[in-house]
Amino acid sequence: MNEILAAVIGVVVLTICSIVVGLFLAGLDRVVVARMQARVGPRLRQPFIDIAKLFRKENIVPKNAVPILFNLMPVLALAASIAVLLYLPFGSIAPVLGAAGDMILVLYLLIIPSLCLVIGGFASGSPYATVGAQREMVSMIAYELPLAAVVILVAWRLMASGTAEPFSLVTLMDTNIWSVCGPLGIIAAVLLLILFIGIIPGELSKVPFDAPEAETELAGGILAEYSGRNLGMFTLAQAVKSVAIVAFGVAILLPWNLSPVFGLTGAAAIAVDLIFFLVKVSVVMLVSVTLVRTMMARFRITQVVKVYWFILGGIALAALILFAIDAFAAGVI
Amino acid sequence: MAGNVPYKVPVGPIHPALKEPVHIELTVLGEDVVSADFTPGQTHRGIEWMGLSRNPVQIVHLTDRICGICGVTHSLCFARAVEQVAEINAPERADYVRTIIAEFERIQSHLLWAGVAAHELGFDSLFYLAWRVREDALDAIEVITGNRVNYDIIQIGGVRRDITPDMLPKIQKCLDSYKELFGKLKKLFLEDTVIKSRCIGCGVLTKETAAAYSTVGPTARASGLPADLRADYPYCAYGDLQISPVLPEVYGKKATGDTYDRIVVRIFEVAQSIEIIEECLANMPEGPVLYEEKVAKILALCKKASGEAAGRHEAPRGEAVHYVAMNNAEAPVAWKVKASSYSNLHVWPIILKGVQLADVPIVVASIDPCLSCTDRVLVTQDNGPAKILTKEDLSKMSYLKTRRMME
Repeated sequence: MNEILAAVIGVVVLTICSIVVGLFLAGLDRVVVARMQARVGPRLRQPFIDIAKLFRKENIVPKNAVPILFNLMPVLALAASIAVLLYLPFGSIAPVLGAAGDMILVLYLLIIPSLCLVIGGFASGSPYATVGAQREMVSMIAYELPLAAVVILVAWRLMASGTAEPFSLVTLMDTNIWSVCGPLGIIAAVLLLILFIGIIPGELSKVPFDAPEAETELAGGILAEYSGRNLGMFTLAQAVKSVAIVAFGVAILLPWNLSPVFGLTGAAAIAVDLIFFLVKVSVVMLVSVTLVRTMMARFRITQVVKVYWFILGGIALAALILFAIDAFAAGVI
Repeated sequence: MAGNVPYKVPVGPIHPALKEPVHIELTVLGEDVVSADFTPGQTHRGIEWMGLSRNPVQIVHLTDRICGICGVTHSLCFARAVEQVAEINAPERADYVRTIIAEFERIQSHLLWAGVAAHELGFDSLFYLAWRVREDALDAIEVITGNRVNYDIIQIGGVRRDITPDMLPKIQKCLDSYKELFGKLKKLFLEDTVIKSRCIGCGVLTKETAAAYSTVGPTARASGLPADLRADYPYCAYGDLQISPVLPEVYGKKATGDTYDRIVVRIFEVAQSIEIIEECLANMPEGPVLYEEKVAKILALCKKASGEAAGRHEAPRGEAVHYVAMNNAEAPVAWKVKASSYSNLHVWPIILKGVQLADVPIVVASIDPCLSCTDRVLVTQDNGPAKILTKEDLSKMSYLKTRRMME
C-alpha cells in the first residue's frame, strides 16, 4: 500500500516539477535565442504567462474536425510525456517506477506525444494540419533510427563489459558508459553524444527540423487549428517532452553526479545531484535546441530524412564499429 | 490518405508566408506542387481615383504612399511623367539627389527582402541581422529626407531638400558600414549550406520565359536577361555613370534563374548601389535643386500643360511606369500606375509548378512581390460570382474608356 501511495505522490510531484522545469527551459531558450540575435526577447517567465492565457482562451473545435480525437489527443500527449519521466532517473533520485521499465519502454513512450500530434493533426480537418501531420510521421521515421541506435549501442557496450540488465535505467545510474570502455569507446561515446544532440531538435520539432510546424509554410502545421486549452495542453506536453528527452539523454550519456566528488550523503547529496542534473539538462538543451536553431535554416522534409538516415546514421555506424573494436581490444567478447 | 488524389492548399489572402494579402491556390500531390494559381486584388486602395481630383503637386504626396518600401520610386515616376508633359527640366543637382535617394531605397529594399527571404527559409537569426543592418540605410535616408519611410522628397521639377555638406559624414558612415558588412552578408546568404541546398535549382525561371512574360528587375536579371532601365534608358544622373546590369555572373556562376540566383543578384546590387551613391556624392554639380521654388508657379505650368507621357524608373523590384495625361486642367485626365511587381507576379504559376510545398514561401517571396502597389482594380458593382475578363474584353473596355475621355 505504501509503495502505491509513494508512486502516486511521486507522479503528482513529478508532474508539477516537470511542467515548471519544462516551461523554464522554454523561457531560457527564448531569452538566449533573443540575446544571440541581438534582441531583448521575452521575460524568462513568458511561457508561464502564455500557458495561463491559453487556458483562459476560447477552445475552438473546427467544423471539419473529429471532436473526440481532436480533444483527446492533447491530454494523451501530456499524459504520455509525463509517463516517460516516471522511468527516468534524476541525478541520484531513482526512477519513480524504476524497476518496472527500461530504455526500450522509454523509446516507445517518447513516440506517443508525436503520434498524438499526428492524430490530432489529421483530426483537425485542415489542409495545413494534414500536411503537417504527414511531415511529422516522416520525421518520426527519420529520427527513430539514430535514436534507437544510440540506445542499443549504449546497452550493447554495457552488456559487452559484463553488466547485467543493460537496458535498465537503474543499471545506468550505477554503471557509467564512459567508465566501461577504452579510448576508442570514449570516441564512440562522444559520437553518440553528438548523435543525441542532433536528435533532440527533431524530436521536439525545432529549427532546422521543424518542417511539421513550419510557420511560414504551414502556418503552424499540426497545431494550426488548435487553440485555447487544447493548444495549452500541447504546449505543456511539448515542455514536459523536452525535459523527458533531454533527461533521457543525460541519463544514458552524461550520468555523472557531483555528490561522490564532495563526499556528500543523504539529503544533501540528493539536492546537489538534482541541481547538477538540472544544470546538465539546461546545458544540453541550450546546445541542442537553442544554439542549433539560431544557426540554421529549416530543412525540407526530404532533407530531414537524408540528414537523419545518412549523416546521423553514418555517425551511428562509425560509433558501432568503434565500440566493437574497443570491446574486442579489451578482450571482453 | 486518399491515394494519389491531388488536394488543394490555399495560401492567403492572409498567411504567415505572405507579407501582403494575395490569394494563391496550390494543387498539391504529397509534397509536390502540381499547379498553382493566384488571385490578386485583395488590397486595392483606389489611389489613382483619389489622384484624379487633385493637382500634380498634391498627387506627388499620394504617390509616396503607394508603396511603403519604394517610397521614392512612384513619386519619381510620376514627377518625371508630369515634367515631360509640362516641359519642366529638373536641375542637374536635383537629378543627383534623386539618384542618391533612389539607390538608398534600393539598399534598404533589398535588405528588407533578404530578411524576409531568410525568415521564409526558417532562418530567423539572419532575418534579424538583415533587418538590423537595414536600419543604417533608414538612418541615412532620414538624414537626407527627414523621413524614414514615406520620404516625400520628390517635387515636380526637382527635390524638396538638398544634400548639404554637414550630412556627408553621416551618409559616408552608413556607406562604410555597408562596405564592411558586404563580405559578411555575402558569406551568410550565399555560402550557407542549408540556404544553398534549398535555393539552388528551386523555382527556376528560364531566360526564355522571363523574356516572354516581360519580367523586370532582379527577377529578370537572375534569369540572365540584362534588363536594367538605369543602363538601357539612362535618366536622372544614371547617364553620367557607368552602370551595367548585375547578373548572376558577378558571383562567377552561370545564370539559371533559380531562387539562389535571385538572392545573388540582390546581394550584389546592394554593393552596386553603394558604389553609385559614392560616385554621385563625389561628382555632385553645384546649383539649385528645384526648377521653381514657388509651388504656385509649378502648378500654373502644370495647368497650362496638355499631352501625355510615361515616367519610368528602375525600382528595387524592377521597372515601374506611371502614365499621366493632362489637358489644360488642374488635375490630370488620366493617371495609371504600373508597379514593378505587376510584371513579375505572372510567373508565379510557372515557377511554383513542380516545387516542394516547403519551398513555396521562398519561391513566392523570391520575386519580391509588392502587392498593395500592384493592385489597381476592384469591381464592386455586382456581387455576383467571380469572372475572368479576356484580352478582348479588356481591349473593348479600354476603347470605351478612351472614347469617354475624348468627349
